Amino acid sequence: MTAAFLQISNLYKSFGGVAATDHVDLEVLEHEVHAVIGPNGAGKTTLISQLAGELEPDDGQVAFLGRDITRLPPHARAQLGLARSFQITSLMLDMTVRDNVALAIQAHDGHSFRFWRDARRDTALTDRAMQALARVGLEGRADTIAQQMSHGEHRQLEIALALATDPKLLLLDEPMAGMGSEEAARMVEILRDLKGSKTMLLIEHDMDAVFALADRITVLVYGKVIATGKPDEIRADESVRRAYLGDEAG
Amino acid sequence: MLDPRLWQAREWVTALTLAAFGLAPVFTELASQPFILDLIARLMILAIAAVSLNLILGHGGMISFGHAAYIGIGAYAVGIPAYYEITNGFLQIAIAIGASAVFAFFTGLISLRTKGVYFIMITMAFAQMVYFAFISIEEYGGDDGLVIETRSEFGGLFDIEDTTTFYYFTWVSLVAALYLVRRIMRSRFGMVIEGAKGNERRMQSIGFDTYKYRLTCYVIAGMICGYAGALLGNFTSFFSPEMMDWTHSGELLFMVVLGGAGSLFGPVLGTAAFVLLEEFLSGITIYWQAIFGVLLILVVLFAPGGIDGFLGRLGRKR
Repeated sequence: MTAAFLQISNLYKSFGGVAATDHVDLEVLEHEVHAVIGPNGAGKTTLISQLAGELEPDDGQVAFLGRDITRLPPHARAQLGLARSFQITSLMLDMTVRDNVALAIQAHDGHSFRFWRDARRDTALTDRAMQALARVGLEGRADTIAQQMSHGEHRQLEIALALATDPKLLLLDEPMAGMGSEEAARMVEILRDLKGSKTMLLIEHDMDAVFALADRITVLVYGKVIATGKPDEIRADESVRRAYLGDEAG
Repeated sequence: MLDPRLWQAREWVTALTLAAFGLAPVFTELASQPFILDLIARLMILAIAAVSLNLILGHGGMISFGHAAYIGIGAYAVGIPAYYEITNGFLQIAIAIGASAVFAFFTGLISLRTKGVYFIMITMAFAQMVYFAFISIEEYGGDDGLVIETRSEFGGLFDIEDTTTFYYFTWVSLVAALYLVRRIMRSRFGMVIEGAKGNERRMQSIGFDTYKYRLTCYVIAGMICGYAGALLGNFTSFFSPEMMDWTHSGELLFMVVLGGAGSLFGPVLGTAAFVLLEEFLSGITIYWQAIFGVLLILVVLFAPGGIDGFLGRLGRKR
Protein backbone atom coordinates (compact mmCIF):
# COMPACT_ATOMS: atom_id res chain seq x y z
CA MET A 1 0.00 0.00 0.00
CA THR A 2 1.43 3.35 -1.08
CA ALA A 3 1.12 6.17 1.43
CA ALA A 4 -1.14 9.06 0.56
CA PHE A 5 0.70 11.66 -1.45
CA LEU A 6 -1.99 14.25 -1.11
CA GLN A 7 -4.52 13.88 1.65
CA ILE A 8 -7.64 16.01 1.73
CA SER A 9 -9.66 15.68 4.91
CA ASN A 10 -13.06 17.10 5.65
CA LEU A 11 -12.46 20.10 3.39
CA TYR A 12 -15.26 22.65 3.48
CA LYS A 13 -15.79 25.91 1.61
CA SER A 14 -19.00 27.84 1.15
CA PHE A 15 -19.91 30.95 -0.78
CA GLY A 16 -22.80 32.88 0.68
CA GLY A 17 -24.13 29.82 2.49
CA VAL A 18 -23.87 27.51 -0.50
CA ALA A 19 -21.33 24.78 0.06
CA ALA A 20 -19.02 24.57 -2.94
CA THR A 21 -16.79 22.02 -1.22
CA ASP A 22 -18.86 19.99 1.18
CA HIS A 23 -16.71 17.99 3.63
CA VAL A 24 -14.58 16.42 0.94
CA ASP A 25 -12.24 13.55 1.78
CA LEU A 26 -9.91 12.52 -0.99
CA GLU A 27 -6.60 10.73 -1.27
CA VAL A 28 -4.17 10.89 -4.14
CA LEU A 29 -1.55 8.11 -4.15
CA GLU A 30 1.95 8.43 -5.49
CA HIS A 31 2.26 7.88 -9.27
CA GLU A 32 -1.46 7.58 -9.81
CA VAL A 33 -3.60 9.63 -12.13
CA HIS A 34 -6.60 10.57 -10.07
CA ALA A 35 -9.45 12.16 -12.00
CA VAL A 36 -12.16 14.30 -10.45
CA ILE A 37 -15.30 14.47 -12.52
CA GLY A 38 -18.68 16.00 -11.95
CA PRO A 39 -21.33 18.11 -13.64
CA ASN A 40 -20.90 21.86 -14.10
CA GLY A 41 -20.97 23.66 -10.80
CA ALA A 42 -19.92 20.59 -8.83
CA GLY A 43 -17.10 22.62 -7.28
CA LYS A 44 -14.17 21.08 -9.14
CA THR A 45 -12.26 24.30 -9.78
CA THR A 46 -13.05 25.50 -6.25
CA LEU A 47 -11.45 22.30 -4.99
CA ILE A 48 -8.30 22.76 -7.09
CA SER A 49 -8.02 26.40 -6.03
CA GLN A 50 -7.96 25.31 -2.41
CA LEU A 51 -5.32 22.70 -3.16
CA ALA A 52 -3.19 25.28 -4.98
CA GLY A 53 -3.63 27.82 -2.18
CA GLU A 54 -5.56 30.50 -4.01
CA LEU A 55 -8.67 29.97 -1.98
CA GLU A 56 -8.64 29.42 1.75
CA PRO A 57 -10.97 26.66 2.96
CA ASP A 58 -13.41 27.41 5.78
CA ASP A 59 -12.65 24.10 7.44
CA GLY A 60 -10.71 20.90 6.97
CA GLN A 61 -7.14 20.09 6.09
CA VAL A 62 -4.90 19.55 3.09
CA ALA A 63 -1.73 17.55 3.64
CA PHE A 64 0.95 17.10 1.02
CA LEU A 65 3.78 14.60 1.57
CA GLY A 66 2.63 14.31 5.15
CA ARG A 67 2.85 18.03 5.76
CA ASP A 68 -0.11 20.27 6.56
CA ILE A 69 -0.27 22.88 3.80
CA THR A 70 -3.80 24.17 4.44
CA ARG A 71 -2.67 27.74 5.14
CA LEU A 72 0.36 27.97 2.86
CA PRO A 73 0.30 30.60 0.09
CA PRO A 74 0.45 29.41 -3.55
CA HIS A 75 4.14 30.15 -4.11
CA ALA A 76 5.16 28.14 -1.03
CA ARG A 77 3.11 25.16 -2.21
CA ALA A 78 4.72 25.42 -5.62
CA GLN A 79 8.12 25.32 -3.93
CA LEU A 80 7.10 22.07 -2.22
CA GLY A 81 6.42 20.51 -5.61
CA LEU A 82 2.79 21.21 -6.30
CA ALA A 83 2.06 22.61 -9.76
CA ARG A 84 -1.23 23.55 -11.34
CA SER A 85 -2.47 24.30 -14.80
CA PHE A 86 -5.38 26.63 -15.30
CA GLN A 87 -8.72 25.93 -16.93
CA ILE A 88 -8.70 29.42 -18.42
CA THR A 89 -5.28 29.82 -19.96
CA SER A 90 -3.05 31.77 -17.64
CA LEU A 91 0.29 32.70 -19.16
CA MET A 92 2.69 35.61 -19.38
CA LEU A 93 1.21 36.59 -22.74
CA ASP A 94 3.61 39.46 -23.48
CA MET A 95 6.66 37.23 -23.16
CA THR A 96 8.07 34.64 -25.52
CA VAL A 97 7.23 30.99 -25.11
CA ARG A 98 10.81 30.28 -24.05
CA ASP A 99 10.76 33.06 -21.44
CA ASN A 100 7.52 31.69 -20.01
CA VAL A 101 9.03 28.28 -19.45
CA ALA A 102 12.41 29.66 -18.39
CA LEU A 103 10.65 31.55 -15.61
CA ALA A 104 9.08 28.35 -14.33
CA ILE A 105 12.52 26.72 -14.25
CA GLN A 106 14.04 29.78 -12.62
CA ALA A 107 11.41 29.61 -9.88
CA HIS A 108 12.85 26.30 -8.74
CA ASP A 109 16.53 27.06 -9.26
CA GLY A 110 17.31 28.91 -6.05
CA HIS A 111 16.20 32.45 -5.46
CA SER A 112 15.98 35.01 -8.24
CA PHE A 113 17.65 37.91 -6.49
CA ARG A 114 20.26 37.98 -9.21
CA PHE A 115 20.44 41.40 -10.76
CA TRP A 116 23.30 41.44 -13.21
CA ARG A 117 23.73 38.43 -15.49
CA ASP A 118 21.61 38.27 -18.62
CA ALA A 119 18.99 35.59 -17.90
CA ARG A 120 18.39 34.93 -21.59
CA ARG A 121 22.02 33.93 -22.04
CA ASP A 122 21.92 31.69 -19.01
CA THR A 123 22.13 28.25 -20.58
CA ALA A 124 21.14 26.66 -17.27
CA LEU A 125 17.73 28.19 -17.94
CA THR A 126 17.43 28.24 -21.72
CA ASP A 127 18.58 24.66 -22.31
CA ARG A 128 16.17 23.29 -19.78
CA ALA A 129 13.41 25.51 -21.16
CA MET A 130 13.93 23.97 -24.58
CA GLN A 131 13.76 20.46 -23.09
CA ALA A 132 10.51 21.31 -21.33
CA LEU A 133 9.08 22.69 -24.58
CA ALA A 134 10.16 19.59 -26.47
CA ARG A 135 8.16 17.44 -24.04
CA VAL A 136 4.93 19.12 -25.17
CA GLY A 137 5.99 19.58 -28.79
CA LEU A 138 6.41 23.35 -28.73
CA GLU A 139 10.17 23.54 -29.35
CA GLY A 140 9.57 25.15 -32.75
CA ARG A 141 7.62 28.00 -31.17
CA ALA A 142 10.20 29.09 -28.59
CA ASP A 143 10.65 32.61 -29.94
CA THR A 144 6.96 33.30 -30.50
CA ILE A 145 5.25 35.80 -28.21
CA ALA A 146 2.79 33.69 -26.24
CA GLN A 147 -0.13 35.93 -27.22
CA GLN A 148 0.27 34.99 -30.87
CA MET A 149 -0.27 31.28 -30.45
CA SER A 150 -3.42 29.24 -31.05
CA HIS A 151 -5.67 28.10 -28.24
CA GLY A 152 -4.40 24.54 -28.49
CA GLU A 153 -0.80 25.71 -28.24
CA HIS A 154 -1.70 27.81 -25.22
CA ARG A 155 -3.02 24.68 -23.55
CA GLN A 156 0.23 22.87 -24.34
CA LEU A 157 2.24 25.76 -22.93
CA GLU A 158 0.08 25.64 -19.79
CA ILE A 159 1.23 22.05 -19.27
CA ALA A 160 4.83 22.92 -20.18
CA LEU A 161 4.86 25.62 -17.50
CA ALA A 162 3.55 23.25 -14.87
CA LEU A 163 6.02 20.53 -15.92
CA ALA A 164 8.99 22.89 -16.04
CA THR A 165 8.79 23.34 -12.28
CA ASP A 166 9.54 19.59 -12.04
CA PRO A 167 6.57 19.07 -9.73
CA LYS A 168 5.84 16.07 -7.57
CA LEU A 169 2.11 16.55 -8.06
CA LEU A 170 0.36 18.06 -11.06
CA LEU A 171 -3.05 19.65 -10.57
CA LEU A 172 -4.60 19.81 -14.01
CA ASP A 173 -7.75 21.89 -14.34
CA GLU A 174 -9.48 20.79 -17.54
CA PRO A 175 -6.40 20.62 -19.76
CA MET A 176 -8.60 19.75 -22.77
CA ALA A 177 -10.98 22.70 -22.28
CA GLY A 178 -12.05 24.20 -25.58
CA MET A 179 -9.89 21.89 -27.69
CA GLY A 180 -10.75 20.30 -30.98
CA SER A 181 -10.69 16.50 -31.09
CA GLU A 182 -7.28 16.38 -32.74
CA GLU A 183 -5.73 18.72 -30.19
CA ALA A 184 -7.41 16.83 -27.37
CA ALA A 185 -5.97 13.55 -28.65
CA ARG A 186 -2.54 15.15 -28.68
CA MET A 187 -3.00 16.32 -25.10
CA VAL A 188 -4.03 12.83 -24.03
CA GLU A 189 -0.78 11.58 -25.60
CA ILE A 190 1.25 14.18 -23.70
CA LEU A 191 -0.40 13.21 -20.41
CA ARG A 192 -0.13 9.48 -21.12
CA ASP A 193 3.64 9.94 -21.55
CA LEU A 194 3.76 11.46 -18.07
CA LYS A 195 1.65 8.74 -16.52
CA GLY A 196 3.63 6.58 -14.17
CA SER A 197 6.35 9.14 -13.60
CA LYS A 198 4.17 11.98 -12.33
CA THR A 199 1.33 11.99 -9.86
CA MET A 200 -1.64 13.84 -11.27
CA LEU A 201 -4.96 15.13 -10.07
CA LEU A 202 -6.96 15.65 -13.21
CA ILE A 203 -10.19 17.56 -13.56
CA GLU A 204 -11.73 16.96 -16.94
CA HIS A 205 -15.02 17.05 -18.78
CA ASP A 206 -13.82 14.92 -21.67
CA MET A 207 -14.92 11.44 -20.53
CA ASP A 208 -12.90 9.63 -23.18
CA ALA A 209 -9.79 11.33 -21.83
CA VAL A 210 -10.70 10.56 -18.24
CA PHE A 211 -11.30 6.86 -18.85
CA ALA A 212 -8.17 6.65 -21.01
CA LEU A 213 -5.91 8.20 -18.37
CA ALA A 214 -7.27 7.76 -14.88
CA ASP A 215 -6.23 5.04 -12.45
CA ARG A 216 -8.94 6.14 -10.07
CA ILE A 217 -11.89 8.49 -10.36
CA THR A 218 -13.69 10.58 -7.77
CA VAL A 219 -17.15 11.87 -8.60
CA LEU A 220 -18.11 15.23 -7.18
CA VAL A 221 -21.72 16.46 -7.17
CA TYR A 222 -22.75 19.72 -5.50
CA GLY A 223 -19.44 19.80 -3.66
CA LYS A 224 -19.90 16.29 -2.22
CA VAL A 225 -17.95 13.16 -3.08
CA ILE A 226 -20.51 10.57 -4.14
CA ALA A 227 -18.10 7.87 -5.27
CA THR A 228 -14.42 7.02 -5.61
CA GLY A 229 -13.04 3.99 -7.42
CA LYS A 230 -11.42 2.45 -10.45
CA PRO A 231 -12.86 3.50 -13.84
CA ASP A 232 -14.80 0.22 -14.20
CA GLU A 233 -16.33 0.59 -10.75
CA ILE A 234 -17.36 4.17 -11.50
CA ARG A 235 -18.89 3.12 -14.79
CA ALA A 236 -20.90 0.48 -13.01
CA ASP A 237 -21.90 2.65 -10.04
CA GLU A 238 -25.66 3.23 -10.02
CA SER A 239 -25.61 6.51 -8.09
CA VAL A 240 -22.99 7.93 -10.43
CA ARG A 241 -25.03 6.94 -13.44
CA ARG A 242 -28.06 8.62 -12.01
CA ALA A 243 -26.27 11.78 -10.91
CA TYR A 244 -23.99 12.36 -13.78
CA LEU A 245 -22.86 9.96 -16.42
CA GLY A 246 -26.31 9.30 -17.80
CA ASP A 247 -26.27 8.05 -21.37
CA GLU A 248 -22.61 8.91 -21.90
CA ALA A 249 -21.56 5.77 -20.09
CA GLY A 250 -24.49 3.82 -21.38
CA MET B 1 22.63 45.95 -29.49
CA LEU B 2 26.12 47.43 -29.54
CA ASP B 3 26.57 46.77 -33.24
CA PRO B 4 25.47 49.87 -35.22
CA ARG B 5 24.82 47.76 -38.32
CA LEU B 6 21.82 46.24 -36.56
CA TRP B 7 20.48 49.53 -35.27
CA GLN B 8 17.05 50.75 -36.21
CA ALA B 9 15.33 54.07 -35.59
CA ARG B 10 15.04 53.40 -31.88
CA GLU B 11 18.72 52.61 -31.26
CA TRP B 12 19.88 55.51 -33.43
CA VAL B 13 17.72 57.97 -31.50
CA THR B 14 19.07 56.62 -28.20
CA ALA B 15 22.69 56.89 -29.29
CA LEU B 16 22.33 60.28 -30.95
CA THR B 17 20.40 61.80 -28.03
CA LEU B 18 22.98 60.66 -25.49
CA ALA B 19 25.80 61.84 -27.77
CA ALA B 20 24.09 65.21 -28.26
CA PHE B 21 23.71 65.60 -24.49
CA GLY B 22 27.36 64.65 -24.05
CA LEU B 23 28.61 67.12 -26.65
CA ALA B 24 26.29 69.99 -25.73
CA PRO B 25 28.85 71.84 -23.53
CA VAL B 26 31.22 72.13 -26.49
CA PHE B 27 28.61 73.79 -28.66
CA THR B 28 26.88 75.92 -26.09
CA GLU B 29 30.19 77.40 -25.08
CA LEU B 30 30.76 78.35 -28.68
CA ALA B 31 27.34 79.92 -28.84
CA SER B 32 27.83 81.38 -25.33
CA GLN B 33 24.46 80.12 -24.18
CA PRO B 34 24.88 78.60 -20.72
CA PHE B 35 21.10 78.76 -20.40
CA ILE B 36 20.75 75.81 -22.76
CA LEU B 37 23.27 73.81 -20.75
CA ASP B 38 21.22 74.43 -17.60
CA LEU B 39 18.09 73.32 -19.37
CA ILE B 40 19.66 70.04 -20.50
CA ALA B 41 21.19 69.41 -17.08
CA ARG B 42 17.77 69.76 -15.46
CA LEU B 43 16.29 67.58 -18.17
CA MET B 44 18.86 64.84 -17.53
CA ILE B 45 18.23 64.92 -13.77
CA LEU B 46 14.50 64.59 -14.28
CA ALA B 47 15.20 61.88 -16.85
CA ILE B 48 16.98 59.81 -14.18
CA ALA B 49 13.87 60.19 -12.01
CA ALA B 50 11.65 59.17 -14.93
CA VAL B 51 13.87 56.17 -15.72
CA SER B 52 13.53 55.04 -12.10
CA LEU B 53 9.76 55.51 -12.15
CA ASN B 54 9.64 53.52 -15.37
CA LEU B 55 11.37 50.64 -13.63
CA ILE B 56 8.35 50.11 -11.37
CA LEU B 57 5.65 51.55 -13.65
CA GLY B 58 6.63 50.43 -17.12
CA HIS B 59 8.50 47.24 -16.31
CA GLY B 60 6.77 46.28 -13.09
CA GLY B 61 3.22 47.51 -13.67
CA MET B 62 3.22 49.38 -10.35
CA ILE B 63 1.66 52.79 -11.01
CA SER B 64 3.18 54.98 -8.32
CA PHE B 65 1.73 58.44 -7.94
CA GLY B 66 4.22 59.46 -5.28
CA HIS B 67 7.57 59.31 -6.95
CA ALA B 68 8.36 63.01 -6.41
CA ALA B 69 8.80 62.23 -2.69
CA TYR B 70 12.16 60.61 -3.47
CA ILE B 71 13.31 63.72 -5.30
CA GLY B 72 12.58 65.64 -2.12
CA ILE B 73 14.26 63.10 0.12
CA GLY B 74 17.35 63.18 -2.09
CA ALA B 75 17.45 66.98 -2.23
CA TYR B 76 17.05 67.37 1.53
CA ALA B 77 19.77 64.73 2.00
CA VAL B 78 22.07 67.29 0.38
CA GLY B 79 20.46 70.40 1.83
CA ILE B 80 20.16 69.46 5.50
CA PRO B 81 23.77 68.25 5.94
CA ALA B 82 24.92 71.34 4.02
CA TYR B 83 22.93 73.44 6.50
CA TYR B 84 25.15 71.94 9.21
CA GLU B 85 28.17 72.51 6.97
CA ILE B 86 28.58 68.84 6.15
CA THR B 87 29.34 69.03 2.46
CA ASN B 88 30.89 65.63 1.80
CA GLY B 89 29.20 64.54 -1.41
CA PHE B 90 29.78 60.82 -0.87
CA LEU B 91 28.08 61.04 2.49
CA GLN B 92 25.21 63.15 1.15
CA ILE B 93 24.58 60.76 -1.72
CA ALA B 94 24.77 57.81 0.64
CA ILE B 95 22.15 59.49 2.85
CA ALA B 96 19.98 60.30 -0.18
CA ILE B 97 20.05 56.70 -1.40
CA GLY B 98 19.80 55.19 2.07
CA ALA B 99 16.91 57.35 3.24
CA SER B 100 15.06 56.70 -0.04
CA ALA B 101 15.58 52.98 0.41
CA VAL B 102 14.19 53.07 3.94
CA PHE B 103 11.19 55.17 2.88
CA ALA B 104 10.53 52.94 -0.14
CA PHE B 105 10.84 49.80 1.97
CA PHE B 106 8.33 50.80 4.62
CA THR B 107 5.83 52.46 2.28
CA GLY B 108 6.23 49.62 -0.23
CA LEU B 109 5.62 47.06 2.49
CA ILE B 110 2.13 48.51 2.89
CA SER B 111 1.37 49.87 -0.61
CA LEU B 112 2.25 46.66 -2.40
CA ARG B 113 -0.47 44.83 -0.50
CA THR B 114 -2.91 46.81 -2.62
CA LYS B 115 -3.61 46.80 -6.34
CA GLY B 116 -4.76 49.16 -9.05
CA VAL B 117 -6.33 52.41 -8.02
CA TYR B 118 -5.69 51.72 -4.33
CA PHE B 119 -1.99 51.44 -5.01
CA ILE B 120 -2.08 54.77 -6.85
CA MET B 121 -3.88 56.45 -3.96
CA ILE B 122 -1.73 55.01 -1.21
CA THR B 123 1.58 55.90 -2.89
CA MET B 124 0.25 59.41 -3.37
CA ALA B 125 -0.81 59.60 0.28
CA PHE B 126 2.63 58.54 1.53
CA ALA B 127 4.32 61.12 -0.69
CA GLN B 128 1.97 63.85 0.55
CA MET B 129 2.90 62.91 4.10
CA VAL B 130 6.56 63.61 3.33
CA TYR B 131 5.56 66.83 1.61
CA PHE B 132 3.61 68.07 4.64
CA ALA B 133 6.31 66.86 7.03
CA PHE B 134 8.92 69.06 5.37
CA ILE B 135 6.51 72.00 5.17
CA SER B 136 6.09 71.80 8.93
CA ILE B 137 9.80 71.68 9.80
CA GLU B 138 10.56 75.39 10.24
CA GLU B 139 14.22 74.73 10.97
CA TYR B 140 14.79 73.71 7.36
CA GLY B 141 12.80 76.52 5.84
CA GLY B 142 9.27 75.10 6.09
CA ASP B 143 7.25 75.92 3.03
CA ASP B 144 9.70 78.68 2.05
CA GLY B 145 12.19 76.02 1.11
CA LEU B 146 15.82 75.49 1.94
CA VAL B 147 18.75 77.34 0.40
CA ILE B 148 21.63 75.00 -0.34
CA GLU B 149 24.68 77.24 -0.07
CA THR B 150 27.37 74.80 -1.07
CA ARG B 151 27.27 72.03 -3.59
CA SER B 152 28.44 68.55 -2.65
CA GLU B 153 32.21 68.21 -2.41
CA PHE B 154 34.04 65.14 -3.56
CA GLY B 155 37.35 65.54 -1.76
CA GLY B 156 39.15 67.25 -4.60
CA LEU B 157 38.42 64.45 -7.08
CA PHE B 158 36.26 66.78 -9.10
CA ASP B 159 34.45 70.00 -8.38
CA ILE B 160 30.79 70.23 -9.28
CA GLU B 161 30.66 73.94 -8.44
CA ASP B 162 32.01 74.19 -11.96
CA THR B 163 29.02 74.20 -14.33
CA THR B 164 30.62 72.03 -16.98
CA THR B 165 31.86 69.49 -14.45
CA PHE B 166 28.41 69.32 -12.89
CA TYR B 167 26.94 68.87 -16.34
CA TYR B 168 29.18 65.89 -17.09
CA PHE B 169 28.58 64.47 -13.64
CA THR B 170 24.88 64.50 -14.48
CA TRP B 171 25.44 63.03 -17.93
CA VAL B 172 27.50 60.15 -16.55
CA SER B 173 24.81 59.58 -13.89
CA LEU B 174 22.10 59.34 -16.52
CA VAL B 175 24.08 56.89 -18.65
CA ALA B 176 24.89 54.84 -15.55
CA ALA B 177 21.22 54.79 -14.47
CA LEU B 178 20.17 53.61 -17.93
CA TYR B 179 22.82 50.91 -17.95
CA LEU B 180 21.84 49.77 -14.46
CA VAL B 181 18.13 49.49 -15.33
CA ARG B 182 18.98 47.68 -18.54
CA ARG B 183 21.09 45.13 -16.70
CA ILE B 184 18.47 44.66 -14.01
CA MET B 185 15.62 44.15 -16.46
CA ARG B 186 17.56 41.49 -18.37
CA SER B 187 18.62 39.61 -15.26
CA ARG B 188 16.76 36.81 -13.55
CA PHE B 189 15.33 39.39 -11.19
CA GLY B 190 14.09 41.51 -14.10
CA MET B 191 12.43 38.48 -15.67
CA VAL B 192 10.47 37.92 -12.47
CA ILE B 193 9.41 41.58 -12.40
CA GLU B 194 8.29 41.44 -16.02
CA GLY B 195 6.49 38.17 -15.48
CA ALA B 196 4.69 39.49 -12.41
CA LYS B 197 3.48 42.46 -14.43
CA GLY B 198 2.12 40.14 -17.11
CA ASN B 199 0.45 37.62 -14.83
CA GLU B 200 1.07 37.80 -11.11
CA ARG B 201 -1.25 34.92 -10.26
CA ARG B 202 0.56 32.58 -12.59
CA MET B 203 3.94 33.69 -11.29
CA GLN B 204 2.82 32.75 -7.79
CA SER B 205 1.52 29.42 -8.94
CA ILE B 206 4.89 28.51 -10.48
CA GLY B 207 6.53 29.36 -7.17
CA PHE B 208 7.49 33.04 -7.00
CA ASP B 209 6.76 35.11 -3.94
CA THR B 210 6.04 38.06 -6.22
CA TYR B 211 5.51 40.44 -3.30
CA LYS B 212 9.14 40.15 -2.20
CA TYR B 213 10.45 40.75 -5.71
CA ARG B 214 8.15 43.71 -6.29
CA LEU B 215 9.14 45.25 -2.98
CA THR B 216 12.81 44.94 -3.91
CA CYS B 217 12.12 46.54 -7.28
CA TYR B 218 10.19 49.33 -5.58
CA VAL B 219 13.14 50.01 -3.26
CA ILE B 220 15.65 50.04 -6.12
CA ALA B 221 13.52 52.55 -8.04
CA GLY B 222 13.27 54.73 -4.93
CA MET B 223 17.03 54.66 -4.48
CA ILE B 224 17.71 55.74 -8.05
CA CYS B 225 15.17 58.54 -7.75
CA GLY B 226 16.67 59.63 -4.44
CA TYR B 227 19.98 59.93 -6.23
CA ALA B 228 18.31 62.11 -8.87
CA GLY B 229 16.95 64.23 -6.01
CA ALA B 230 20.48 64.72 -4.65
CA LEU B 231 21.53 65.95 -8.09
CA LEU B 232 18.56 68.28 -8.28
CA GLY B 233 19.32 69.75 -4.86
CA ASN B 234 22.84 70.51 -6.05
CA PHE B 235 21.57 71.87 -9.33
CA THR B 236 18.96 74.30 -8.04
CA SER B 237 20.85 75.42 -4.89
CA PHE B 238 17.39 75.86 -3.44
CA PHE B 239 14.82 73.29 -2.60
CA SER B 240 11.17 73.88 -1.85
CA PRO B 241 8.90 71.16 -0.50
CA GLU B 242 6.54 72.16 -3.29
CA MET B 243 8.77 70.05 -5.56
CA MET B 244 7.37 66.97 -3.81
CA ASP B 245 3.75 67.88 -4.33
CA TRP B 246 1.64 65.22 -6.05
CA THR B 247 1.40 67.36 -9.18
CA HIS B 248 5.12 66.78 -9.69
CA SER B 249 4.63 63.05 -9.24
CA GLY B 250 2.01 63.42 -11.95
CA GLU B 251 4.51 65.17 -14.20
CA LEU B 252 6.93 62.27 -13.81
CA LEU B 253 4.12 59.90 -14.79
CA PHE B 254 3.41 62.11 -17.78
CA MET B 255 7.06 61.95 -18.87
CA VAL B 256 7.12 58.16 -18.66
CA VAL B 257 3.85 57.67 -20.53
CA LEU B 258 4.71 60.30 -23.14
CA GLY B 259 8.07 58.68 -23.82
CA GLY B 260 6.87 55.10 -23.63
CA ALA B 261 6.35 53.11 -20.45
CA GLY B 262 8.25 49.86 -20.36
CA SER B 263 10.94 50.86 -22.82
CA LEU B 264 14.44 51.63 -21.58
CA PHE B 265 15.01 54.96 -23.28
CA GLY B 266 11.40 56.12 -23.65
CA PRO B 267 11.36 58.00 -20.32
CA VAL B 268 14.40 60.03 -21.39
CA LEU B 269 12.66 61.04 -24.60
CA GLY B 270 9.47 61.77 -22.68
CA THR B 271 11.35 63.96 -20.23
CA ALA B 272 13.13 65.76 -23.06
CA ALA B 273 9.83 66.38 -24.82
CA PHE B 274 8.24 67.54 -21.58
CA VAL B 275 11.00 69.92 -20.50
CA LEU B 276 11.57 71.39 -23.95
CA LEU B 277 7.85 71.84 -24.66
CA GLU B 278 7.35 73.39 -21.24
CA GLU B 279 10.15 75.83 -21.96
CA PHE B 280 8.86 76.64 -25.42
CA LEU B 281 5.12 76.76 -24.70
CA SER B 282 5.36 78.69 -21.45
CA GLY B 283 7.08 81.42 -23.45
CA ILE B 284 4.06 81.64 -25.72
CA THR B 285 1.12 81.30 -23.38
CA ILE B 286 0.44 80.97 -19.68
CA TYR B 287 -2.07 78.23 -20.56
CA TRP B 288 0.68 75.89 -21.72
CA GLN B 289 -0.55 73.12 -19.43
CA ALA B 290 -3.79 72.93 -21.41
CA ILE B 291 -1.75 72.18 -24.52
CA PHE B 292 0.05 69.45 -22.57
CA GLY B 293 -3.28 67.94 -21.68
CA VAL B 294 -4.32 67.72 -25.30
CA LEU B 295 -0.94 66.27 -26.20
CA LEU B 296 -1.20 63.53 -23.61
CA ILE B 297 -4.68 62.59 -24.85
CA LEU B 298 -3.38 62.38 -28.42
CA VAL B 299 -0.44 60.20 -27.37
CA VAL B 300 -2.62 57.83 -25.39
CA LEU B 301 -5.18 57.55 -28.21
CA PHE B 302 -2.96 57.44 -31.26
CA ALA B 303 0.54 56.48 -30.15
CA PRO B 304 0.30 53.70 -27.60
CA GLY B 305 3.82 53.06 -26.40
CA GLY B 306 4.57 56.78 -26.56
CA ILE B 307 7.48 58.25 -28.50
CA ASP B 308 9.50 55.08 -28.15
CA GLY B 309 6.63 52.95 -29.44
CA PHE B 310 6.40 55.25 -32.44
CA LEU B 311 10.12 54.85 -33.14
CA GLY B 312 9.75 51.09 -32.83
CA ARG B 313 7.08 51.09 -35.53
CA LEU B 314 9.28 53.27 -37.76
CA GLY B 315 12.02 50.69 -37.39
CA ARG B 316 9.79 47.82 -38.46
CA LYS B 317 8.59 49.60 -41.61
CA ARG B 318 12.08 49.88 -43.03
